[in-house]
Amino acid sequence: MVRGISLKIDGKEIKAREGMTILQAAKAKGIEIPTLCYDEQLKPYGACRLCTVEIVKGGRRRLVASCVYPAGEGLEVETNNKKVRKIRRLILELLLPLLPPPSDTVTGPIETLAEKYGVKKSRFKAEPTNCILCGHCVRYCIEVKKANAICFIGRGTERQIAFVPELAPNHCLACRECFSLCPTSKMVDSVEGIWGVCSLSIPISEKIKGKH
Amino acid sequence: MVKKIRSLAELEKLRSEIIARRDPKRKIITVCASTGCSALGARKVIESLKEEVKKRGLCGQVGIKEDEVEIKETGCLGFCELGPRVIVYPGEVPYFRVKPEDVSKIVSETVVKGKIVEHLRYADPVTGEKAWKLGDIPFYKHQLRLLLKNNALINPKKIEDYIALGGYKALGKVLFQMAPEQVMREIKKSNLRGRGGGGFPTGRKWETTRNAPGEPKYVIVNCDEGDPGAFMDRSLMEGNPHSVLEGLIIGSYAIGANEGFVYVREEYPLAVENITTAIKQAEDYGLLGGNIMDSGFNFGIKVHRGAGAFVSGESSALMAAIEGKVGEPRPKYIHTAVKGLWERPSCLNNVETWANVPLIILNGADWFRDIGTKNSSGTKIFSLVGKVNNTGLVEVPMGITLRDLIFKIGGGIRDGKKFKAVQTGGPSGGFIPEKYLDLLIDFDELTKVGSMMGSGGVIVMDEDTCIVDVTRYYIDFLSKESCGKCVPCREGLRQILSILNRICSGLSEEEDFKNLEDLSELLKEASLCALGTTAANPVVTSLTHFRGEYEAHIREKRCPAKACRALVAHYIQPEKCQACMACSRSCPVDAITGDKDTVHVIDQEKCIKCGACYEECQFNAIEKISPPTPPPPRYGIKVTRKKKRE
Ligand SMILES: Cc1cc2nc3c(=O)[nH]c(=O)nc-3n(C[C@H](O)[C@H](O)[C@H](O)COP(=O)(O)O)c2cc1C
Ligand code: SF4
Ligand code: SF4
Ligand code: FES
Repeated sequence: MVRGISLKIDGKEIKAREGMTILQAAKAKGIEIPTLCYDEQLKPYGACRLCTVEIVKGGRRRLVASCVYPAGEGLEVETNNKKVRKIRRLILELLLPLLPPPSDTVTGPIETLAEKYGVKKSRFKAEPTNCILCGHCVRYCIEVKKANAICFIGRGTERQIAFVPELAPNHCLACRECFSLCPTSKMVDSVEGIWGVCSLSIPISEKIKGKH
Repeated sequence: MVKKIRSLAELEKLRSEIIARRDPKRKIITVCASTGCSALGARKVIESLKEEVKKRGLCGQVGIKEDEVEIKETGCLGFCELGPRVIVYPGEVPYFRVKPEDVSKIVSETVVKGKIVEHLRYADPVTGEKAWKLGDIPFYKHQLRLLLKNNALINPKKIEDYIALGGYKALGKVLFQMAPEQVMREIKKSNLRGRGGGGFPTGRKWETTRNAPGEPKYVIVNCDEGDPGAFMDRSLMEGNPHSVLEGLIIGSYAIGANEGFVYVREEYPLAVENITTAIKQAEDYGLLGGNIMDSGFNFGIKVHRGAGAFVSGESSALMAAIEGKVGEPRPKYIHTAVKGLWERPSCLNNVETWANVPLIILNGADWFRDIGTKNSSGTKIFSLVGKVNNTGLVEVPMGITLRDLIFKIGGGIRDGKKFKAVQTGGPSGGFIPEKYLDLLIDFDELTKVGSMMGSGGVIVMDEDTCIVDVTRYYIDFLSKESCGKCVPCREGLRQILSILNRICSGLSEEEDFKNLEDLSELLKEASLCALGTTAANPVVTSLTHFRGEYEAHIREKRCPAKACRALVAHYIQPEKCQACMACSRSCPVDAITGDKDTVHVIDQEKCIKCGACYEECQFNAIEKISPPTPPPPRYGIKVTRKKKRE
């Protein structure tokens, strides 16, 4: 039997089930927390940190990612206080430079969130890779499709996504299921690129082998 | 095949047998064969010693008694920049930078006659004071080498050497005389804290794993050691692997684990080799494996080689790597001690943490707590590097001051320069300025001033170091060595690096102070793992303690240390130039013009600021000017001859 838990989110007493995350508990009660790397079909990943909330536990305050932090008995959560909003604004300011220069026609979830949090423009240097490395595509391909046709390569600021040359040609063009999960236009833009990437196959496949 | 040890008494019997086989008057020539000295030519020294000793008939017979002279190839002895290192026993006579041609004198004088070879004798680089014994050398005199001392007495490939010095006694004591709970209590009472960085109380971690639900439980050794320039863990693994193993076995008994892993970075082949040999030998003697010493306790160890990335040392990343997954951190709001390797309770400790365990068991928790400070007991190994006279591995009691570490053991700043800052704790440690030099080295004290113990890197910087420039170096390292998974760390570091690059190139604005502060806060508060939450330490501490230096760069486009190329110009002072032409010959881009008896002039347009001329000029006529606005060039001035007037 799964035990019931009660916690306080934004001042409201909330009942949750053991094993739920703060995000799930909040969602179930209609409390909205912004997310970018979270997707119900996938294992929580905790990478974008946009879902950051502040918790009070044993008298100590601390910021945590609500999509991975377990809801616990007696926990107090503030999902939208000043500190949390500051962190979210900064994260959005770091994400905007990754997008291609703004156009009037296309606005994705990141731009929408930025607007909501009052971030008109980022102070930081543009680095328009068009990929926020949320891993939706990679994780969907591994966890749901079990095809492993796309992966991460490199680490640190050099991390990027790459199609696996031996697998992508057979899977990706026909599948394309991850495309709609992408919060940017990266996936759509790379349709033609799949073949291009594959023709550069050797170095990438070497890198992948090194990783596993 | 050796006989398995099946009781405490059998272990003691073996120990006496090993000791009895050895002639107490036997001379020992210890040569460091670790990675450091090998790189400096230790192999050749060892070969020459073997030849020399053989030539003199001092060894060669294999019988009941071992050779009259033993050449012991050991692990790291500590004063690494002066390698290859040799110590002759009895007498503990140290020799440094030994070359194959020194060997015959060392054997004929010191080994045979017990005299020191005068011209090879150690002299302090600052005071010139000479030393007879190892313990007389200032570098060693102020250390307390509890973990490292046996490195000089043990051939790491021979378990017998370790046993002769009391090895595995603590294991025997634990297995036959203590209940697991008692062992746990002893470690808790000792106040041992993790040496891998965080300083987490070891006993508490053990208890968490012991009490966590789920079987099997695992114990793990962390030898990733990704900090650039750090090698304390390597030196223990290479030099005294059994001390780590014994600690691990004791821990597994206390925790109730039957399986353990040793994670070693691939870049440490000798450490892998020595720990693998040690495991094999311990198994042969029945000190490891099934039914250890006939006590009924089983414990097996596997060695896992990891591709050494800095982030792989983080506990959840390390465990992912052992599981065969990509070694990147995962959110661990549930500790790895509860849910670690394959979701099972897993206790991960650093190499040095494990190596402390047998000492605590043998000497007692109270003995250990008497060393160090109230909150940090025992000793800590540091890798002391940078602009100090003596560099290398040192082991000191916790609570020694930074000043003593740098000036007494390190021998002060090189070339009589002024101290500027010391950075502790690896790339994500903080800079500590002069006003805190009397700070006691202790987990909590270092954290209070914005730095940390980390795994024990200590980098000393002098007045010629530009703090903004070194900060940039660390941020560059961290931005490349993070895993790149979470946004605050990956993108935050990317932007901090870009801002620091601008500052060092004179392209920054006043807003950059706030930008750096905001990003540092984001990293600290919102990153996924401890790499990210600590990565801003160099930025925050340099902004706090050396703000003036940032102001000079940002507001005046000036680098006070004259280290940032873009902010420095080279200028030949007309009154000092002797027209020797050394500078113009050294300039790779022919930017310097001048004739015989005519003051030389640097063409600032052409100059690439490599500094070759600055190094070359014997008359100190070349000056670095920051901001880079030298006086307008004047050609054809005749030189002023200074020397002739004297
Ligand atoms: C980025 C990063 C790198 C780390 N590298 C190491 C390492 O090389 N060796 C180590 O023992 N601990 C390292 N740690 C600390 C480990 O996560 C862990 O806390 C430690 O191994 C626990 O052992 P201890 O309690 O004995 O210190 C690192 C932590 C982080 C965040
Ligand atoms: S391509 Fe899109 S879905 Fe894939 S990691 Fe990048 S942003 Fe996320
Ligand atoms: S803080 Fe850095 S190293 Fe840690 S998970 Fe995030 S990106 Fe990776
Ligand atoms: S949604 Fe929680 S970290 Fe991305």
